[in-house]
Amino acid sequence: MKFYIPPQLTRLSIAFAIFITLFLLLRKLLIPDTFGQYGHYRGDSLTDNALPVVHYAGQQACLECHQDIEDQKQADVHSRIKCETCHGPGQKHSESAEATNILKPDSREFCGNCHEKNAARRSEAVVQIIINEHNTGKKCIECHNPHQPWTMKE
Amino acid sequence: MDNERVKPSRRKFLKSAVTIAGAAIGYQWLKSGQYLLYGADPEDKNVPWYGIVIDIEKCIGCGSCAKSCKMENDVPKEPFFFRNWVEQYTVKNDGSVEITSPNGGIDGFKQTVPDEEIFKSFFVPKMCNHCYKSPCEQVCPVGATYLSPEGVVMVDDKYCIGCRYCVQACPYGCRFIHPERKVASKCTLCYHRLKKNLAPACMEVCPTGARMYGNLRDKNSEIVKFLKEHTTQVLRPNLNTGSKLYYNALGMEVK
Repeated sequence: MKFYIPPQLTRLSIAFAIFITLFLLLRKLLIPDTFGQYGHYRGDSLTDNALPVVHYAGQQACLECHQDIEDQKQADVHSRIKCETCHGPGQKHSESAEATNILKPDSREFCGNCHEKNAARRSEAVVQIIINEHNTGKKCIECHNPHQPWTMKE
Repeated sequence: MDNERVKPSRRKFLKSAVTIAGAAIGYQWLKSGQYLLYGADPEDKNVPWYGIVIDIEKCIGCGSCAKSCKMENDVPKEPFFFRNWVEQYTVKNDGSVEITSPNGGIDGFKQTVPDEEIFKSFFVPKMCNHCYKSPCEQVCPVGATYLSPEGVVMVDDKYCIGCRYCVQACPYGCRFIHPERKVASKCTLCYHRLKKNLAPACMEVCPTGARMYGNLRDKNSEIVKFLKEHTTQVLRPNLNTGSKLYYNALGMEVK
């Protein structure tokens, strides 16, 4: 007996085969190579996210040149504060040591960010002053050396 | 015997089926409580599994963390785009709570309630919780948000379609749509710094050491030691997000 395939089924299976091929082709084109390498995401994205430039160089980079200031700092209560906490991002400065690409904040408001009296600041954690009453009209650094706050300048 | 409604063999089958189903559901339920064990499933010991600790008792609300994050990660300067920020909670004597966060704490805090009305006040620094069962990852329709092998939740900038679904899904409000790139943006725990063995910018600059990050898989790490010695809490534990940001001395007022 001859095996009989109805003509409509032949046409349908051809259409189906074309559809499947197209689907697989599109799938291959649209899905990035590394998708699914580690999970349901593009594996290359991990390297992409590691690319951005570092702005904060880290304490170690500062110490290469400024060990003297670190020694000063270690002798007083600001010992645990990193250079970049006040001086801002230092990567550029560590590459080309110009004074222009590092911050030297000297405003009363800047010191007040930590030292202004606030009920939420624990008195044992940080020394606090009422910024509008404490030696108004003078900059903090006129009396206090920020690296050694209890060594008065006068 | 034949007129019994349920045959003994079928009864036996039903019994075992119910037992197995119950055990499976029970197992799933127990598994979902894993956040108590800090989500550290030590599958691959070569890769760290990062967790974060923030000590409320040490935070003095200087805003250095928020400021450094904006500088390190080129976050837009407008006061409504933040990858991390600080909030001041003030509980008044009448029991009401006032929460302020002027520019995320970057310009410092001004006490808004007079001393005599305050019952207590404290700062709460907020950032991405790097949940290991994160809602934002689950809702992403294209697989552009993911949990890296190190346990850091990140966004694939090239793959994100900017549909904002994840921004709504995050119960901690830690995501935003970048106004220029039109993709979701969030804390990456400074992944680019971690890869270079540098601490995340916010941890680097914190003057009081209120922030700490570390490997939860390493049972001798500083962070695991801290977690052993202190009673810590995550934000919204009821949502079971598997948050890996642990707060020490977190007040119940914190949302």
